[in-house]
Amino acid sequence: MHPVRKQRLYLVLFIVLASSVGVGLVLYALQENMNLFYPPTKIVNGEAPLDKTIRAGGCVVPGSVVRDDKSLKVAFSVTDGASVLPVHYEGLLPDLFSEGEAAVLTGQVDHQGIFNATEVLAKHDETYMPPEVADAMQQKSPDYKEHTATCGEIKYDS
Amino acid sequence: MAWQWFHRLGSPRWFFDKTSPWVFWLGLVSLSMLLFGAVWGLMIAPSDFKQGNSYRIIFIHVPGAIVSMAGYYVMAICGAIGLIWRMKLSFMVMKSVAPIGAVLTFVGLVTGAIWGKPTWGTWWEWDARITSMLVLFFLYLGIIALQEAYRQQDAADKTCAILALVGMVNIPIIYKSVDWWYTLHQPATLKLTEASSISPSMAYPLIFMIVAFYFVFAWVVLLFTRLEVLKREKKTRWVQELVAARV
Repeated sequence: MHPVRKQRLYLVLFIVLASSVGVGLVLYALQENMNLFYPPTKIVNGEAPLDKTIRAGGCVVPGSVVRDDKSLKVAFSVTDGASVLPVHYEGLLPDLFSEGEAAVLTGQVDHQGIFNATEVLAKHDETYMPPEVADAMQQKSPDYKEHTATCGEIKYDS
Repeated sequence: MAWQWFHRLGSPRWFFDKTSPWVFWLGLVSLSMLLFGAVWGLMIAPSDFKQGNSYRIIFIHVPGAIVSMAGYYVMAICGAIGLIWRMKLSFMVMKSVAPIGAVLTFVGLVTGAIWGKPTWGTWWEWDARITSMLVLFFLYLGIIALQEAYRQQDAADKTCAILALVGMVNIPIIYKSVDWWYTLHQPATLKLTEASSISPSMAYPLIFMIVAFYFVFAWVVLLFTRLEVLKREKKTRWVQELVAARV
């Protein structure tokens, strides 16, 4: 290769490398702040700030959803497998919100350790299949239940 | 000998002549693939067990987003080749990719928002995936703007190439954002190393649509690059003769 071109090639590689290292260091420094939400374990352990608006995310514990008959109040718990965080919310839930599915909540943790949500978003997982396939899988193993029965399979963190 | 084609590419005229017959065929193939893939994905593929029909936006959203990221690599590599070998044609391809990439990124963002409202419950969330995709959109817009900011084409090309190279670091960030951090956006459905978490009856039309988007991308880049060749070479004799023959 011609020496002048070789020099330019090194310059190009340097630009790519330097920008990658620079951005990499910034992202490394930001680490935690790049996350959209706190996992329940961090909130239960008191690592998240109290009375400050934060986001929490986790799998809605099956059987934990309790709806109030007279209002839009709803109580449920979210988990990351290690800890369970109780949540209170008043408002409309998204269509895909259901037990055993992941949800992302905006709100504040009070001194009783309850997360008072002002917004609830359903976090959709990456699984897609036709209804017939889902039915067939349910018939094959009754426990499967369109995989809404358990939080065990939810990789909520990814 | 092996490098002859590469050196020939240095001649915009050779490129223009050689690719003339491609325009029609590549256009025909890519548009029919797009049409076929759209019918397959939007009408023939089964509905989803949880989302019903609203999942079908995946057949536009995923191909648009993938090709917008691949297109950025094409743009940055063309910029690098232009910087190192001072190849005019390479810079022309780089300039042509920018508006197409911007449109594809916009398609990814808009279809994502339309899908997000009924699925997540929000149009927009500042999570790592969505934000880094917005950065990609701004990078494309920046390159388009920079091209117009200089009076000398040579200076514009070099500056754009450097911006394209610097912005390249964003692509792996977009790709890995859903694995590195907690995001609202779900992780990849189509996986290269393990089984995909999508039923084959939906995966095949999706893969077909991705290939179709690549073809459309290649076709439009070819059209834009040929136009750019004519614009930049308008003072040369061969272009003037070409235009004279048409008028």
